[in-house]
Amino acid sequence: MAEAVDYKVIGTSPVRPDGVDKVTGRAQYGADMNLPNMIYGKVLRSPHAHARIKSVDLSRALAMPGVYAAISGADFPEAQHGEIGGEGGGDVADLAKNIMARDKVLYHGHAVAAVAARSVQLAEAALEVIDVEYELLPPVLDLDAAMAVDATLLDENCFTKNLPEKPDKPSNIAAVMQLARGDVEAGFADADVIVEGEYRIPMAHQGYIEPHACTASVNEGGQATVWCCTQGHFEFRAMASKVLNMNIADLKFIASEIGGGFGGKTVLYLEPLAILMSQKSHRPVKMTMTREEVFRATGPTSGTHCKVKVGAKKDGTLTAATAWLAYEAGAFAGAPMGPGAMSIFAPYALDNFHIEALDVLVNKPKVAAYRAPGAPQSMHAMECALDDLARELGMDPIDLRMKNAAEEGTQAPYGPKFPAIGFKACLEAAKKHPHYTRPVPEGAGRGVAAGFWFNVGMQSSAEVHINENGTVTVVEGNPDIGGSRASMCLMAAETLGVTYDQVRTLIGDTESTGFSNVTGGSRTTFATGMAVIQACEDIIAQCKARAAATWGVDEDQVEWEDGQAVPAPGVNADVKPLSLADIAAKAARTGGPLLGRASLNAQGAGASFAVNIADVRIDRDTGKVDVLSYTAIQDAGKAIHPAYVEGQMQGGAAQGIGWALNEEYIFNADGVMENAGFLDYRIPVASDLPMIDTQIIEVPNPSHPYGVRGVGETPIVAPLAVIANAVRDAAGQRINDLPFSPPRVLAALDNA
Amino acid sequence: MAKVEVPDHLLTLTGGEREVEVSANNFRELLIALEERWPESSVVLAKCAVAIDGQIYQDAFLEPLRPDSEVFFMQRIEGG
Repeated sequence: MAEAVDYKVIGTSPVRPDGVDKVTGRAQYGADMNLPNMIYGKVLRSPHAHARIKSVDLSRALAMPGVYAAISGADFPEAQHGEIGGEGGGDVADLAKNIMARDKVLYHGHAVAAVAARSVQLAEAALEVIDVEYELLPPVLDLDAAMAVDATLLDENCFTKNLPEKPDKPSNIAAVMQLARGDVEAGFADADVIVEGEYRIPMAHQGYIEPHACTASVNEGGQATVWCCTQGHFEFRAMASKVLNMNIADLKFIASEIGGGFGGKTVLYLEPLAILMSQKSHRPVKMTMTREEVFRATGPTSGTHCKVKVGAKKDGTLTAATAWLAYEAGAFAGAPMGPGAMSIFAPYALDNFHIEALDVLVNKPKVAAYRAPGAPQSMHAMECALDDLARELGMDPIDLRMKNAAEEGTQAPYGPKFPAIGFKACLEAAKKHPHYTRPVPEGAGRGVAAGFWFNVGMQSSAEVHINENGTVTVVEGNPDIGGSRASMCLMAAETLGVTYDQVRTLIGDTESTGFSNVTGGSRTTFATGMAVIQACEDIIAQCKARAAATWGVDEDQVEWEDGQAVPAPGVNADVKPLSLADIAAKAARTGGPLLGRASLNAQGAGASFAVNIADVRIDRDTGKVDVLSYTAIQDAGKAIHPAYVEGQMQGGAAQGIGWALNEEYIFNADGVMENAGFLDYRIPVASDLPMIDTQIIEVPNPSHPYGVRGVGETPIVAPLAVIANAVRDAAGQRINDLPFSPPRVLAALDNA
Repeated sequence: MAKVEVPDHLLTLTGGEREVEVSANNFRELLIALEERWPESSVVLAKCAVAIDGQIYQDAFLEPLRPDSEVFFMQRIEGG
């Protein structure tokens, strides 16, 4: 483990610079943009989960006074296949058809047409007079039905990818993926104990509080400005350009503040509709989804069906493991089965394994990223199986994990050998944690489980401006979701040697700063932070050059210490140190304003591991599960702003607990979601949760100047299995499927 | 010679070869060498992430390779 570094600013938890505006209501969110002559757009959504569109007639809507534009799939350029690019990837044609259906509707709520009118009410009235003729098709609503030999096809041109040979017939299985190493049969033959489990988890939504919203204004020259809530305005601009066949230079995207995304706001839905209708109406068009639309028509995460088999020696050494992982993609290919497959065994040293993962089309909304996409579902299966294995072996579940824990040099199931990682440090901390050492409350159950996520780097840009008085303005291009402005300020202050309150960070729009990939993949503090650090180093180099010119010495005779240019040791110069303010004040004489910049494609994102502990109690009369206590332990590499790292850990735990206990899409036989609102789709509220205790482990990432690992996604991976294992302990039996809603738990208890 | 491994779902591209040794000084040279060995592979491989000696690159280009480097092609990681 690397030695601790004595930082001056990093590792403190100052108040976030955007906090006052957010708590006083001044901050501008997606729906807060208002412009002169603005009109309002609404979307007509399919009442059917699967149907051919025979015709769409907009004429009666367009004839209504006060209606300025109406569009359907026919108003879009022909959907062209091609790479979306950016963080999430995928196919442009699928994206375009998800934004507005063309020949088929593929889920209940799929957009069929849109209207812009002088009021929301008038737009909604106009939707009612749009005539759509459908030819109904049977909906395909679960994995088993979708994979049946005689299944109704969502896409007659979908041939399973990654098979040794292109199949003869189309299928709802869009792709398969396999990972394998060693000899699985021999591994199981070598095992003293083998456990198997089969687990189903239904589709669940990210549950961000702010619905999708945007305003688009297209001028007579064809140039569009779009204000929207997004995790990445540069990637939104690129997607809109491809879907609408517009020159990217004619699109300007401005990110509003964002009320949560968790991966769900990396996908374009409303913006192309608003742009098209602004083009047609010559007015700004504002569009805001209702909560019901968010549930029905934006990307949740996959429902899954996972099977796991694990073998071990009596001493707990894992000898072999297999996994079969089926993921619902929703209406278009692209379930997170790849990262799910690559994650499932990642925390463990395994010589023999085989993993098969499937990307399966069903007549449900197309899934989108959700914190560590794919990993919570697959790792739930493995971590439950390990819990069962520990019981079979009579071993402490943390000891079993420690026995097999990956460490530096362990070959990950997805290929490379791990550099320095913190999994063992997390396990050691969990074993010693007061939560784990104290007795389980009477009548309760305790569970532990591990979490893992890769984290990514990708492209980021940053500029650093030194103002006339030496204060610092950082400009970068990542919407601030989890407090990244504060983290950027901290890293800039540390690098430059100034105090936190001397630095401000702005989020530039697509015309005012360099390209950055989305705020996602736990990349912003890591990658954009690296860009900010490098831009500050650019400033320092310039300051040293200007100090050298001022003092009449060579540049290599100047050093930067504590925010000042000073003569290097041994340099005979009778001069006063020059602070950032001193140099800025004389900038006109020494070369003009000080501007540092950096752009990079950050490599070396460090994998992050977590171990969580929970105590739960089951009400045996109602089946309700109460979480009594919860502890999240995670390797952050280096916590730049510890309070925000803890916030990520607590938020991920809260979301994961909700997913485990209650959250699920409930569809009727026609494919209509029956619980499209927060009253019936029950996310946890404060009274449902105990205080989430946290412990940050710091095993620095050797690839980052300050040791940062991404921290935003790993926190949601362990909670599903932690709660499942705690429920197993409390109930005295394994309940394999999530969520642990009272009816399911009660039924299991009654059947025991 | 760098040791190169491809994931199972790309074996159709490599005629079933999972692991090969290639002489290359950097990633670009490696892709060129693999294209000669597995025609039309470079387009697909360039879309993969790659781990070189444990370091994962989403978009590798001129990253240097040592004679004993270990290179794994893998699916690009997305996140939320």
